[in-house]
Amino acid sequence: MRIMKRSSNINRRARGCVIIVAVMLWALNAVAAAPPKDSCIACHSTLPGQYGQPAKLFSADIHHQVGLSCADCHGGDRNDDSMNAMSPSKGFRGAPTKAQIPEFCGRCHSDPSYMRKFNPGLRTDQVSEYLTSVHGKRLKQGDSKVAVCVDCHSVHNIRAPSDPRAPVYPTNVAETCARCHADANYMKGYRIPTNQYALYKKSVHAAVLAGGDTSAPTCSTCHGNHGATPPGVSSVANVCGTCHAMNEQLFEKSPHGAAFAKMGLPGCVQCHSNHEIVKPADSWVGTDPKSLCLTCHVKGDNGYAAAQAIGGGLDKLKAAYHDADAVLDTAERSGMEVSSARVELSSAHSDLIKARVAVHSFNAADVLKITNQGVDTSHKAYEAGIAALHERNYRRKGLAIALIAIVIAISGLYFKIRQMERST
Amino acid sequence: MAGLKRRFVDWLDERLGGGSIEEFLRHKKVPIHRHTIWYYFGGMALFLFVIQVLTGILLLMYYRPTASGAFESVQFIMTQVKFGWLIRSIHSWSANLMILIVFIHMFSVYFLKAYRKPRELTWVSGMLLFFIVLAFGFSGYLLPWNTLAFFATKVGTDMAGFVPFIGKWILVFLRGGNEVTGATLTRFFGFHVAVLPGLATLLLALHLLLVQRLGMSVPPGVEKKIKEGQEPERSMPFFPNFLLRDIMGWYGALGVLGALAAIFPWELGTKANPFGSAPAGIHPEWYFLFMYQTLKYLPAKIFFINSELLGLMGFGIAGAIWVLVPFLDYKTGFGKVTRFFTGLGIFALGYIIVMSVLALVG
Repeated sequence: MRIMKRSSNINRRARGCVIIVAVMLWALNAVAAAPPKDSCIACHSTLPGQYGQPAKLFSADIHHQVGLSCADCHGGDRNDDSMNAMSPSKGFRGAPTKAQIPEFCGRCHSDPSYMRKFNPGLRTDQVSEYLTSVHGKRLKQGDSKVAVCVDCHSVHNIRAPSDPRAPVYPTNVAETCARCHADANYMKGYRIPTNQYALYKKSVHAAVLAGGDTSAPTCSTCHGNHGATPPGVSSVANVCGTCHAMNEQLFEKSPHGAAFAKMGLPGCVQCHSNHEIVKPADSWVGTDPKSLCLTCHVKGDNGYAAAQAIGGGLDKLKAAYHDADAVLDTAERSGMEVSSARVELSSAHSDLIKARVAVHSFNAADVLKITNQGVDTSHKAYEAGIAALHERNYRRKGLAIALIAIVIAISGLYFKIRQMERST
Repeated sequence: MAGLKRRFVDWLDERLGGGSIEEFLRHKKVPIHRHTIWYYFGGMALFLFVIQVLTGILLLMYYRPTASGAFESVQFIMTQVKFGWLIRSIHSWSANLMILIVFIHMFSVYFLKAYRKPRELTWVSGMLLFFIVLAFGFSGYLLPWNTLAFFATKVGTDMAGFVPFIGKWILVFLRGGNEVTGATLTRFFGFHVAVLPGLATLLLALHLLLVQRLGMSVPPGVEKKIKEGQEPERSMPFFPNFLLRDIMGWYGALGVLGALAAIFPWELGTKANPFGSAPAGIHPEWYFLFMYQTLKYLPAKIFFINSELLGLMGFGIAGAIWVLVPFLDYKTGFGKVTRFFTGLGIFALGYIIVMSVLALVG
């Protein structure tokens, strides 16, 4: 009995110890979980204007989100509540001048071992790339109007480039560049056009990007981002060829490739322009008045003959495709099953796309080989559509005959019943 | 010819025994009154069921019940098999027409109080047949393995999962796994061509036997007038008078089916892609629309209970009441027509029509 009582007391004491330890651990945890002291934010958030704004913006900044504070960039002691926190003896660097900004950011962003702690996949060559750009070179020459890191990425509320609210998110890049490049007053003295943004907004690239495809090209896709430099005449095809690889290869091998290089003409841009790259039309190729071929070629030369053949081939394929498509549409509306013919016709559509790419070889035989194949496929689909329409008419005739037979049978039964019931 | 027929009937009588077939046919009468037209709907439903069986057997010759072959085999039937388009279109149109006729037959029987004593079992067997017809529709819808059917089946079988306690088990049983796959298709094919036809044949035999045994019901109003001498008791022989009229209707139905098949061949759609997204505006077949629309109107939770579960429970209870109507409305059997049950029928019919129309236009 006594033993049992003692054991119960020991249990009670042990339970008490466990509770005390748990409370202490909870308190320690609460202290550890509390945000670290930040005298910069505490003071600056109460200040008006330019002294208070950074502290107010900083909560939205990617640096704040990964645990960095004002002192990590500007130096000083965030644990010190006095003005002494901003003493040079505490490592305070203050705000950099515009010319100092690339190196200021580069202190961390050019240090792979430091950056690895936050984002191991992030490149660390932005500053060295920037220094090769027109912006970087002019900054070194003392031009303080050129863009530095904060002009594009913003400051104190810097967001990750993958954040749709960031000024460098693909759909916002053109507007960010246009803030300076579309401002004629600001760009005065640089002797470069300021209509690039207006032209780009009309382009097929801007339309695709606005449609939600963030892989569509914007300013930085062709010009680079940190190493922003206008592509020269010789490198234009390389820039376009990054995405339009087949077109580039065919163009380079074509008679135009060598001729354009010799004359110093920019390859792709010559026909497609640079910023205002509108959706190409088939009428650009051929001998119609709208044809771009006629800019250089005249009746009688080889180029004119090739343009005529290529334009004719494309027109023939389009006409055959549209005829087949219309017949299959009619058959489908009549409830006929023509899905196999539809699949076949889709390969004719692929041929049309391939032929449009093959145009860049400017070789009539190569283009016609593809268009003729598409025309044959379209004809087969057209025949299948016509056969389906014949089948539909056959069914309707059969239905008419069957309905006549049914009406005769029903009438016969009706008269039989009448005759039967009259006689009874 | 007449002699041959006589000899054949005698031959049958000698072997089957139990009275002459001719006698049976001659004595079976069908009452004539202002509601006689509704008697034809039962025969019409039977005719369409026979069409389903015959066209179904023909489709079986080419159909392949696998996820990789089902769509292609139906496509083959529609494009390559001689008159395959006609057989498949008639099978699909006839299924829908049969369900419509069964709905009409059920409500006409309900409003004419034909379920009253002693025909309670005829009603119950008819109701079970009605549920089997709906199951035929649901299982057959998946068989072409097209996108719409795939996602409609996914949603439909998801519903089964809301049944308390055994919902998960029913879902896995129906699907042959957790998801709608080729196993579901094979399973639904089994239900559609073996289990359901077997059950339907047994119930149909019982239903027809009861109709033969008890004869056609005369509506209480007409019966009262006959008893009071306000209306003469008139009838026609089932054979040949009623049957010939039935055949006229069947010919008409055949014409309608042929016209629908030739002018609006049943669509095949695109092959189901289990990894694709559900097409916009997906909804079940028209005969399930009233339930679908009801579930759409319900909030996500009602008193912390999942609304799908409540909706299904509601329909389950309503269905059970509907099946048990002859026993609940037993007073009608003694000549007392209860207005409550007539009102209930009008409400049920109105509800089904309004909800279905709302689902179609919404």
